[in-house]
Amino acid sequence: MQIVTHPHRDGAWTVLAVSGELDVVGGPDLRRQVVREVNEGNRHLVLDLTGVDFIDSFGLGVVVGALKRVRLLDGDLRVVVPEPRVRRVFEVCDLDRVFDLHATVESAVATGVS
Amino acid sequence: MSPTDRSADEMAVADFRPGEIVLEIPASKEYVSLVRSVVVAAAEIEPDMDNDRIEDLRVAVSEATTNAIEAHDLRGVRDRIRIQCNLADDEVAVVVHDQGMGFEPDDVPALPEPDSPDRLNYESGLGVHLMRMLADESEISSTEDGTDVRLVVYSAKRRRRDLGR
Repeated sequence: MQIVTHPHRDGAWTVLAVSGELDVVGGPDLRRQVVREVNEGNRHLVLDLTGVDFIDSFGLGVVVGALKRVRLLDGDLRVVVPEPRVRRVFEVCDLDRVFDLHATVESAVATGVS
Repeated sequence: MSPTDRSADEMAVADFRPGEIVLEIPASKEYVSLVRSVVVAAAEIEPDMDNDRIEDLRVAVSEATTNAIEAHDLRGVRDRIRIQCNLADDEVAVVVHDQGMGFEPDDVPALPEPDSPDRLNYESGLGVHLMRMLADESEISSTEDGTDVRLVVYSAKRRRRDLGR
């Protein structure tokens, strides 16, 4: 699994572009990266899962943990999930009602920070 | 003729069960991806199995295998975990067997509603839910000597037939 982090051009959001398999092997890497970003003061995060071709409950748990972490600091987390089979795993666990799920990064940041 | 009189080829034919694939892995999380790949490749042999059902099986098997590895780790068991995949005309069935301490699946707490603030406190505990939701059949048989998780997905033909009843 790979994670490429960059600030969005509007300056308010930090995008973490994840690719590969978000499971018990890759999940801890993402968790560490989220902690690193939050510790550096970046509390408005976009998890771009466009490049993720597999997610299971471990990966979902990391995403839930990321949302909890930023909300504790009055931040926000938006999730980009264009791949239907990955989105389905979110939906089966009703997490599409917990997260703002978007098809693109631009859609995710369109409404600005709250 | 006693078994020892048979040639190696005869033994292979005699012991082979059509449609059965058995995989034994070390109890290490690095092998979960391999299990997923093997099960998906096996399921794709079944000509009437929808890709969506195979994807659901991929997630469900990943959950069962991850749980099995964790169970061995918690108990300090060094034995391998056994994954058995059976292809039939109208279904693919996978059994994941571990020798962990077992658990009571009904004791897995129900998740709070998505709009409940408490929902964010549940970073784990989704695995059993996913297995039950994604497989057409899921059965967890657990004792203090280990756990068998059986996951079945049906072919498109069988799903159509069941809907027609």
